[in-house]
Amino acid sequence: MVQAGDPLAFAQLYSLHKRRIYSLCLRMVGNVAEAEDLTQETFLQLHRKISTFRGDSAFSTWLHRLAINVVLMRLRKKGLLLISMDEAMEPASEGNPSRGFGASDPALSGSIDRMALERAVTGLSVGYRLVFVLHDVEGYEHHEIASMLDCSIGNSKSQLHKARLKLRDALRAYPRPEARR
Amino acid sequence: MTQDPNPLTCEEFQAQLPELIGSGEKFAMHPHIQDCPRCRALLLDLKTIAEAARELLPIVEPPDEVWKHIESALRNEKAPDEAERSGE
Repeated sequence: MVQAGDPLAFAQLYSLHKRRIYSLCLRMVGNVAEAEDLTQETFLQLHRKISTFRGDSAFSTWLHRLAINVVLMRLRKKGLLLISMDEAMEPASEGNPSRGFGASDPALSGSIDRMALERAVTGLSVGYRLVFVLHDVEGYEHHEIASMLDCSIGNSKSQLHKARLKLRDALRAYPRPEARR
Repeated sequence: MTQDPNPLTCEEFQAQLPELIGSGEKFAMHPHIQDCPRCRALLLDLKTIAEAARELLPIVEPPDEVWKHIESALRNEKAPDEAERSGE
């Protein structure tokens, strides 16, 4: 029905998928206004391209990939993707745990405050955030991320590792709930 | 367990981590992990972060304005098409 242009069916489709798409955009760009704009752009593209959906994959997977492409295209246009991937080639000067990890440093003790993690992810630079969100949150494999971001698989692995190190640093600096009582 | 004849330093071990973690291999038995509490704690933290990330799945509702903008953009896209069809 959506493919036939039924506006009610399209509204229903939006209603079903809006949270997943908006959350994905928000996590990828870390900015509310930009995420709203990208969600809008994704659904407009969906409206234009829905007739090309052939059912080879689940619709949600297809739409999800469409949203990622919209976000990446925007970042490319702004030159942000280029910067972020260059960043990954640099040595992890700040992220090197062997420097900052002494015997007295608190470990995360197997528990993480969800809000603190959200905040820490938002604080990551674009390149780290993209790979972390795509791999650890959304469940994409390194070869898929490498193809989306036009980088090597090794680059994707390295960037993910650095992202996790950055998050660990940020989370260790954030007082855990029991420490805040 | 036999002693590792060429033990890695923490720096050497950590330099291999992106590849080791990405390979999906279980390396809890890696000689360096067996001997180094710091790197063991580091790995545990990284695992905790990766597991916590899976719980960050969709929960955020976009504001109603997003749909209003989509509807309005769709109307604007449709209008020229209809004008074309009616021969204007």
